[in-house]
Amino acid sequence: MALITIDNVSRVFEDSQRKQVVTALDNVSIQVKRNEFLCLLGPSGCGKSTLLNMIAGFDKPSSGTVTVGGQVITEPGADRGVVFQQANLMPWLPVWENVAFHLKMRGASKAERREKAQRYIEMVGLKGFENHFPSELSGGMNQRVGIARALLMNPEVILMDEPFGALDEQTKMDMHGELIRIWRESQSTIVFVTHGIDESLALGTHVAVMSARPGRIRELLPIELERPRDPTSAAFNDYKRHILSLLRPETVKESA
Amino acid sequence: MSSSLSQRLYKRIERFIVPVLLLAGWETFSRSGILPPALLPAPSQVMLAWADWIFTTDGNTQSYSGRWLSDIAASSGRVFAGFLIATVLGVGIGMSIGWSRQVEALIEPTLQTLRPIPPVSWIPLAIIWFGIADKPAIFLVFMGSFFPVLLSTIHGVKTCDRNLLRAGAMTGGTPAKLLRHIVFPAALPSIFSGLRIAIGSAWMLTVTAEMVAVKSGVGYVLWDSYYFLRYDIVIASMVSIGLLGFLSDYAIKYIAGRVLRWQRGSTLQAKEG
Repeated sequence: MALITIDNVSRVFEDSQRKQVVTALDNVSIQVKRNEFLCLLGPSGCGKSTLLNMIAGFDKPSSGTVTVGGQVITEPGADRGVVFQQANLMPWLPVWENVAFHLKMRGASKAERREKAQRYIEMVGLKGFENHFPSELSGGMNQRVGIARALLMNPEVILMDEPFGALDEQTKMDMHGELIRIWRESQSTIVFVTHGIDESLALGTHVAVMSARPGRIRELLPIELERPRDPTSAAFNDYKRHILSLLRPETVKESA
Repeated sequence: MSSSLSQRLYKRIERFIVPVLLLAGWETFSRSGILPPALLPAPSQVMLAWADWIFTTDGNTQSYSGRWLSDIAASSGRVFAGFLIATVLGVGIGMSIGWSRQVEALIEPTLQTLRPIPPVSWIPLAIIWFGIADKPAIFLVFMGSFFPVLLSTIHGVKTCDRNLLRAGAMTGGTPAKLLRHIVFPAALPSIFSGLRIAIGSAWMLTVTAEMVAVKSGVGYVLWDSYYFLRYDIVIASMVSIGLLGFLSDYAIKYIAGRVLRWQRGSTLQAKEG
């Protein structure tokens, strides 16, 4: 039984200024089971973020349905934790208040928020930075706060929209290791949007390769590689070669 | 000569250089006899009048002698009352206008039509509505400080980062919670800059109101001593108003610095607080 079901979803944007209709997603169907780590991989404009936003409830399909845990998604909710491209932390709140923001929305007491935040702050390795403000932390640390904020809600699903896009290579690799550890520890289900082939192969149990204009799923690949994944191994590069071959002809054909 | 020592010394006196030079120039000019001394009293004479106004030293200010504290208390009370009402209403209405298109369409055109009317032009109506006492002054202070607070609040709400609201909705926040815990704190820096503009208008209008519609306060003393040709008291009143305006602005800046602690180090603006 799938946790997330995307059933024949299309999303059409009407550009009223240019009188154009842009099909961002065309008849996409995909299922994600509990505990899976799905990477949505594709070039810019393939609708991968649109798809994620529809699971999050920020956007609605033009046709088709998105269900999480049997419920059709119509609006954002705390059952789906989102980690954004930019951390989107409240700059006026210290780290622990940001992590416990969900509890604030539910009206929990300060003592309860402070206590519950601590576990997740430690889980993402930010012990000692509880009272720092986001502006005092690096980009990578802010993303950890964003991850802790999503984890604290104990959501059914964690949705991540290129969360490490702005980080340098070294920090990104560290964060990948951490994320896999957290994913295992919290036994969560993750949908992760990226345009990096290496990133998707380093993280996912599955990689959905998408094509652009209109956005479609080219292929859903189960990734059978041992962890920790070695990006220099032959098997890793076989996958990479295959994904590249999926991405390349498509772009030529579509633009022709 | 150690440069660090002289630099430290300079840092200490930096902010006093211009006022001291101005005062010295003024004193010299007044004593030079170019103008009749009654028209531009020297700072020393102003100080004598001021001292008597505050402490009853030699009774030279006659009926004002020793009444300074009650005079500034009267003016400050009016400023505070009008400013408080303007802050509460300005922030409240500004939040609604910024947040809801419906409220904006309903009341913003009206408010924007009232806004260009100079607050002092309300004086006749203020007097016939409220008589000669505190109320017309408070009303004028309100008229002068409401719009800066309103506009800066609207601006603060409208420039709130949409992504923060997404993050808030993702954590399960209802619109009311988002308004209170995201939109309001996000608008605070803008609200505070509105408050600082508003406190300036507030003092301006208290003094104006006291000149025409009230029989107490620093503005009243200023205008009354003008009739008695006591320009030393006029100047002492002006300086008192300047001082009180400076102190109330400083108080707002201080509170802003505490409340907006999170901005420290991330913005240029935060350094001045």
